Amino acid sequence: MAMNRRDFVRGGVAAFTVGFAAPSFLTDIARAQGRSRRNLVVLYLSGGNDGLSTLVPYRDQQYFARRPNLAIPASNVLQIGSDSAGNALGLNPRLADLRTIFNAGRLAVIQRTGYPNSSRSHFQGTDIWSTADPSAPQGVGWLGRYLDRMPAPVDPLTAWSTVRETPRTLLARTVGVASIPSVAEYAFASPNTGADAQAARQSATRIASHVPVDQPHLAFVNSTAQAAFATLDRVAQVASYAPTVAYPNNGFGQALQMVAGAITRGVGTSIYWVQTGGYDTHAGQNTNVANGSYNTLMTTLNGGLFAFYRDLLNQGLLSDTLVLQFSEFGRRISENGSNGTDHGAASMMMVMGGGVRGGIYGTAPNLSANGNPTLENSNQDIRFETDFRSVYARVLDNWMGSDSSAILGGDFRNGPNFI
Amino acid sequence: MRFGREQEIDHLYRRAGFGASQEEVEAYTSLSFASYAASVARLLNYSEIPDDVDSFIGRPGYVGVTGRSGSGFQPANNILDARQRWLFRMVHTKRPLQEKMALFWHNHFATAYSKINGEIGDGGFATRMLAAKPDEEASRTKGQIELFREHALGNFRTLLIEVAKDPAMLVWLDGRTNVRARPQENFARELMELFTLGVGRFEETDVYAGARVFTGWNLSLANRNTAQARYEFFYNTAQHDTTAKEFSFPIYADGRRTIPARSAGEGIQDGIDLIDAVARHPDTGPRLARKLYAYFLNEVDAPDESFIDALARTYYSSGYEIAPMVRMLLLSPQFKDPSSYYKRYSWPVEFVVRSLKEVGWNGFSVNSALSPLINMGQQLFEPPDVNGWELGPGWFSSGGMLARMNFAALLATNQRFNLRDQSRGNVDSPESLVSYMLDRLTPPEFAGDAYSALLDYARAGGAWTGSDTQLAAKSSGLAHLIAGSGDYQLV
Repeated sequence: MAMNRRDFVRGGVAAFTVGFAAPSFLTDIARAQGRSRRNLVVLYLSGGNDGLSTLVPYRDQQYFARRPNLAIPASNVLQIGSDSAGNALGLNPRLADLRTIFNAGRLAVIQRTGYPNSSRSHFQGTDIWSTADPSAPQGVGWLGRYLDRMPAPVDPLTAWSTVRETPRTLLARTVGVASIPSVAEYAFASPNTGADAQAARQSATRIASHVPVDQPHLAFVNSTAQAAFATLDRVAQVASYAPTVAYPNNGFGQALQMVAGAITRGVGTSIYWVQTGGYDTHAGQNTNVANGSYNTLMTTLNGGLFAFYRDLLNQGLLSDTLVLQFSEFGRRISENGSNGTDHGAASMMMVMGGGVRGGIYGTAPNLSANGNPTLENSNQDIRFETDFRSVYARVLDNWMGSDSSAILGGDFRNGPNFI
Repeated sequence: MRFGREQEIDHLYRRAGFGASQEEVEAYTSLSFASYAASVARLLNYSEIPDDVDSFIGRPGYVGVTGRSGSGFQPANNILDARQRWLFRMVHTKRPLQEKMALFWHNHFATAYSKINGEIGDGGFATRMLAAKPDEEASRTKGQIELFREHALGNFRTLLIEVAKDPAMLVWLDGRTNVRARPQENFARELMELFTLGVGRFEETDVYAGARVFTGWNLSLANRNTAQARYEFFYNTAQHDTTAKEFSFPIYADGRRTIPARSAGEGIQDGIDLIDAVARHPDTGPRLARKLYAYFLNEVDAPDESFIDALARTYYSSGYEIAPMVRMLLLSPQFKDPSSYYKRYSWPVEFVVRSLKEVGWNGFSVNSALSPLINMGQQLFEPPDVNGWELGPGWFSSGGMLARMNFAALLATNQRFNLRDQSRGNVDSPESLVSYMLDRLTPPEFAGDAYSALLDYARAGGAWTGSDTQLAAKSSGLAHLIAGSGDYQLV
């Protein structure tokens, strides 16, 4: 049984509370550190992205044979060239702006990322990608281990989750992660005004500083309140951010606008978590229907990422920013009877940013339904070619300036050289 | 501080319900429920209490709901109103354990409105499939939540069968598209991984076989294009895979692992056989026992394994009944031990409902709690995925905690005059006001500097006069600080 968050708090919160000092002190640290130079934005497509519908091997006849309804015709894909094995590839037709970024050399697509014996469970799969530990996907995340290696005390705004919960990827033993889905909502309210409201905030801050070692559960809850008090005023600066481009008015676009605001304002965050869902396309994926669900997903992805890219480019901050995209698994090669695809194995990753060496990495699988080494599960699934940990390692070593071997518990420095 | 009997009742009602209002504490501690065992029996035997809570919606003296302009309040057809009605029920029900279990099953069989609405479109189908009561509108749809209420403390095997045929589930996990030529794995996988055995307790081949078992468990639309239109479970004989299905675990009590080939007409029995097997499976009882233990008793300390074993044995020996497990939990010495108090992390709806019951509701509409609940991370009828919500510490983050603090501020602001009126005459100093508010809100003991912080707040801004202005400001300010504290989030 996988250890859950509960076990984690039980074992780890005593150390966790040490990371919290007086909020004013932490604010000073953040100020002293100044605007962080490099940002990592982790983008999670939740549900298990069907890589074959994102990056299409449009000359592979097996692709059309196994997906009579879902295969995207060659005439519709956005051609981006061929991989090193000569497989012609095209982006989903709704990713026109991502092709622009690709053509600018700032987007890398990495085919067949995964790991041996891929889990087909959403939850176990997500835990494996989050911990970077397929054999024991428990406890802290791979970026949580990065945070734990920073010299204490670590500013509680070092990592910023744009969803409510702390994703396991960022879960650390000694560092708290700010979760800020909406800057406007991230403010302290009070039933009264003026001096009374100030007294209330002082009192609430004192109550939150109560972190009894014999009550780790209360210490944990209070540490989240402490982190809120330590970050409120800086986050408020992001509310007034005026982007240079219009972001799509959906959750994903608005989250990226907030991240761009935080990067521009230099609030001290170096790791952001953004996610967008709906990728569990068992039914009605409908890649060839105008309003099909997969097209909607791709439109959302394309619009948000392109606005973010242009905004940062305009602000002169693109070269400081790296977007790393993943999903918990890929999907079955053959479509099912519901115009969808079931849980599969390897998928694809994308990396975008000013420091990226754009291009196509890895090779497409041979989709032939006869026994062949690029497939697994009786030729139903795509076998991984690039271990996802080697992608993480490249980011840790070449972008974060960290030590991937220590964080990943092994040498994965043989991965694609996209940065 | 409350002591003894009152504290025990507070604890019981925070766990087996959503907390107790002042009136309820007085009623529950009165002679008519003299013993603790009698209180537990009353909670469990709720079928003896009329289920009339919905008839009080809109009445004075109850928490408010807010209808939409034009269409009014339509809990069977509008998901926002369905959320309001459920919150109303949690606040005012006289059958709190039934609502508490309905919430448990809603998380266990987590089904979200947005996918259903996206898949089958407008016309209110999605809200009805989740939340309608069969007697309240023309289609006579029985919503999924009514299923959870009906079987709240019932038989788990029966509930599994009902869930497998539930129209909302058939859309949510795509069973409606599970056909012979192309089996759809979604439901079969989650039946084993999330609803019964648990992850890692079965093989991929079991998923493939399970998908074939449920081929033909589809949906039909009755009374199409009329006001009576309703989606119904439909066993489609033409779409059932009639061949044998082999599993890695025993399907039958005698150890056989293969569901035999059956004619299409009799093939619905395949699904019943598989549900029997997963209900009987040795991993299901302990897994349910752990979930119920964490839900009712303690999710901080590791459970006593012999107690989990005993709960699981009760599950099997009773023929998969839930009531005996919950009775065993509530009557256990572990439950009553004060070391179990405040050892659960409240879910956002638990926090909201308890705050309403303890701070007050007169003049507040549960509609005002809907957006704050989104910020706290729990929208009813909208779990994030089929795994349900991330419970325990998973509810807490800086943003989530701030949302709780801010709901406390919203409610305290709304209740400032009620709080003023109710504290007037009961308090004559900052100290007594702090005591009054702590007693009213039932948090764990505020010790040391946390208590001093409350008192300093009560004293700030000038000498104590006990004026109405001062009482309104400080009672609402303290309600905010207490309900918004980390301590209060523990139940």
